[in-house]
Amino acid sequence: MEPVRVLIVDDEHELVSALEERLALRGFVTRGVTDGAAALECLRTTTFDVVLADVKMPGIGGLDLARTINAERPDVPVVLLTGASSPQDAASGSTLGAFDYLVKPVKIDDLARVLCAAARREQP
Amino acid sequence: MDEAATTRIPGEDPDELISRGRYRKLLLKVVLSVSAVAVLPLLTMSTIAWHQFHQAFRSESTRPMERFVDAGKQSLESFLSERLTALARVTQETPFEELRDSRRLDSLLAGMKLEFGGFVDLGLIDEDGVQVAYAGEYGLAGRSYRDQPWYREVTARGSTVSDVFLGYRNLPHIVLAIQQEYPNGHSAVLRTTIDTDVFHFLVRERAGRRPGQESVCLRCHSLAVQPFGDAFIVNDTGLLQTPSRLYGEALERAPLPSLPADNDPTGLFDATDERGVSVVVAYARIARSPFTLVLVNPRETMQAAWQPLGRELVVFPAISALLILAVIIVGGVYVVRQARETDRRRAALYHKMEYTNKLAAIGRLGAGVAHEINNPLSIITQKAGLLNDLLTMSDELPPREKMLELIDSVLRSAERCGGITHRLLGFAKHMDVQREKINLDVLLREVLGFLEKEASYRSIRIDFAHADDPPPIVSDRGQLQQVFLNIINNAFAAVEDGGRIEIGIARAGADAVAVSIADNGIGIPESQLEQIFDPFFTTKKGAGTGLGLSITWGIVQKLGGQIGVRSTVGEGTCFTVTLPLGEPGQVL
Repeated sequence: MEPVRVLIVDDEHELVSALEERLALRGFVTRGVTDGAAALECLRTTTFDVVLADVKMPGIGGLDLARTINAERPDVPVVLLTGASSPQDAASGSTLGAFDYLVKPVKIDDLARVLCAAARREQP
Repeated sequence: MDEAATTRIPGEDPDELISRGRYRKLLLKVVLSVSAVAVLPLLTMSTIAWHQFHQAFRSESTRPMERFVDAGKQSLESFLSERLTALARVTQETPFEELRDSRRLDSLLAGMKLEFGGFVDLGLIDEDGVQVAYAGEYGLAGRSYRDQPWYREVTARGSTVSDVFLGYRNLPHIVLAIQQEYPNGHSAVLRTTIDTDVFHFLVRERAGRRPGQESVCLRCHSLAVQPFGDAFIVNDTGLLQTPSRLYGEALERAPLPSLPADNDPTGLFDATDERGVSVVVAYARIARSPFTLVLVNPRETMQAAWQPLGRELVVFPAISALLILAVIIVGGVYVVRQARETDRRRAALYHKMEYTNKLAAIGRLGAGVAHEINNPLSIITQKAGLLNDLLTMSDELPPREKMLELIDSVLRSAERCGGITHRLLGFAKHMDVQREKINLDVLLREVLGFLEKEASYRSIRIDFAHADDPPPIVSDRGQLQQVFLNIINNAFAAVEDGGRIEIGIARAGADAVAVSIADNGIGIPESQLEQIFDPFFTTKKGAGTGLGLSITWGIVQKLGGQIGVRSTVGEGTCFTVTLPLGEPGQVL
C-alpha cells in the first residue's frame, strides 16, 4: 500500500516540524510549509494525497487556501485544523470544499485516521 | 466635504452627579427661583396695596383738618372784616368834632358792642399820634401812639389789624384802626381794641361755625382736632396769638418749624415739634392780618385707626409668604431627593454598564486568547507526543540532543501560554478605580498584545510610533486599558483586511498628553458623529450594544480628560484621547 503524502501548512514552525516527524513515524510521507503561498507553490510542483492546513494564518488563511485548492486541484482533499470548534467553522470548511476539520490540540491517531480517510476519499 | 469633528467637553460625571454639594446647590436654585416667581409678586402687590391704603387713609384723615382751617379762616376773616367795616362806617358817618367828644364815643362804642360784639374800647388819635378822645375802661386819653407799629402802619396804609400785644394796659389785645381824611385837610385815626378772649373763643370754641355749615366744634372731638391735638393762631413772626394747649400762652414762641414761605393761603405739612412729637400741621393765613390759623394733630393719634388695617396688610401677606416658602422648601427638598435617588440609580446603572462592557471586552478577548493559546498548546502536545513516540516506538533511546530540543520546545511553548494568560489576568483584575503612575507606551503595547494575532491574520498593519518617551501620567490603568481596547477594537471593526491603524502619543500642552488612534476604515458619516457617544447608539447592527463609546467617553471624562473624533467617510476615523498628566495623590 502506497504511503499517504501529506502537505502540512501552519504558521507555527515548531508544530509543523513535530507533526511532520510524528506522521512520518506512522508511515506518512510529509512535507511542511509555514504559509499558504508556499503550500500552493508546493502543490504545483509536487503531488500530495491530502493537505492539512491551519485555518488562521497570516496572508492566505486556511479557508482561502482550501477554496483555491478546491478550484485548482479538486483531486486533493484539504483537512483543516482550527482553534475553535464552532459549527460555523465546520460549515464554512465543508462549504469551501474542505474534507474535514479537526480542533486543536489534536490527537495524533485521530489526525492520522482522518488523513488516511481523506486520502482514500472516505467520508468521515 | 464629508468631514466633521466633534469634541466632548467633560461635563456630567456619574459620580459627580450624586455628590451632596451638587444637590444643595440644586435645592438652593429651585427654592430661590420658585420663591422669586411665587412670593415676589405677592410681596409687590402687598406693598403697593399697603402704600395705596396708607395714602387713602392719610387723605381721609387730613381732609377734616383742611376743612377745619378753611372754615376757621373764613370765620376769622369775616369777624375782622365786619369790625373793620363797622369802624370805617363810624369814621365816615360821624363828624370829627363829634368823635372828639368822649360821651359821643361812649355812645358809639355801646352801639358797636351791641351790634357786633367783641369791642373793648374806642379812641380817636390826632395827627400827632395823641389819643385825643377815649371811650373805655382803661383811661387811655392823652396817650401817644406815635411810636406804636400799628400806628405807623395805619398812617401808611389807611387801615390795620395789629398783632396781639400788651400795650399801655399791659394785657394782650388786638388793635383795629382806620385813618380818615377830612375835607379841611386834617386826618385822624379811629382805633378800637378787640377782646382777645373773643378771638380765642372764635378759634377754640366756635371756629368754622357758620350759618348753614357743618359745625367743627372742637369740644366734640371732631375728626379735625384729634385727642391731644391743638388749634391756635400765630403771627407772621411765629408768636402765639392765642393760648395753645400744647405750646404755651399767648405771645410765647410756638415751638414749631416755620410755616412754608409760599403764598398759598392754606396748606398741610408733616413736622416734628420741639418735644420730638411727630405732628401733622394744617394752616390757613387770615387775609389782611398778620394771623395764621394753625391746627396741629399728633400723627400717632391720627394713625391709630389706620394701624389695625395696616397690620393686616402686613401680617396676612407675610403669613402667606411664609406658608408659600415652607411649601416650596418642603416640595423642593422632596423633588431634589427624588432627583438624587434617580441620579443615584442612574450612576449605579452606569457602573453596572461599565462593568458589563469590561466583562464583554474580556469575553471577546477570551475567545481570541483561547484561539491564540491553542497554538502553543498544540506544540506542547505534539512535541511531547513526539518524545513519547520516540521512546515507545523504538527500542533505542533517542539522542540526548533531540530530547533536549523537544523538552526546550515544550518549555518555551508553556512559557508562551503563561504569557498569554498573564496578560489576560492583568487586564481583568483592574476592575476597581486605583491611581498609579502609568507609561502610556507600555500600556498601549499591552492592549495591542491582545490584538496582534488578529492583526496578523487579517494583515492589518499597526503603526505605533512616537518621537520621544511619553511623559508618565497618574491615572487608572484598568480604565485606560478599557478605553484604548474599545477604541482599537472599533478601529479593527472599521478597517478591511489589509487595512492600517496608526497610533501616536504626543504632548498636549504643559500638563496633558494626547493619544491618537487613526484608521483607514469606512469612516463615520457627519450625521452620526454627534451620536456616537450616546448610549445605545451603534452601527454594528445586531452585533454591538451601543455602550462601548458611551462608556469610553464616561471613563475619559472621569479621568479628567477629553475625547475627540474626526472622520471622513471612505478615508477613515481618528480618535484623540487627551489625558491630564495628573498629580500623585489626586483623587479621581
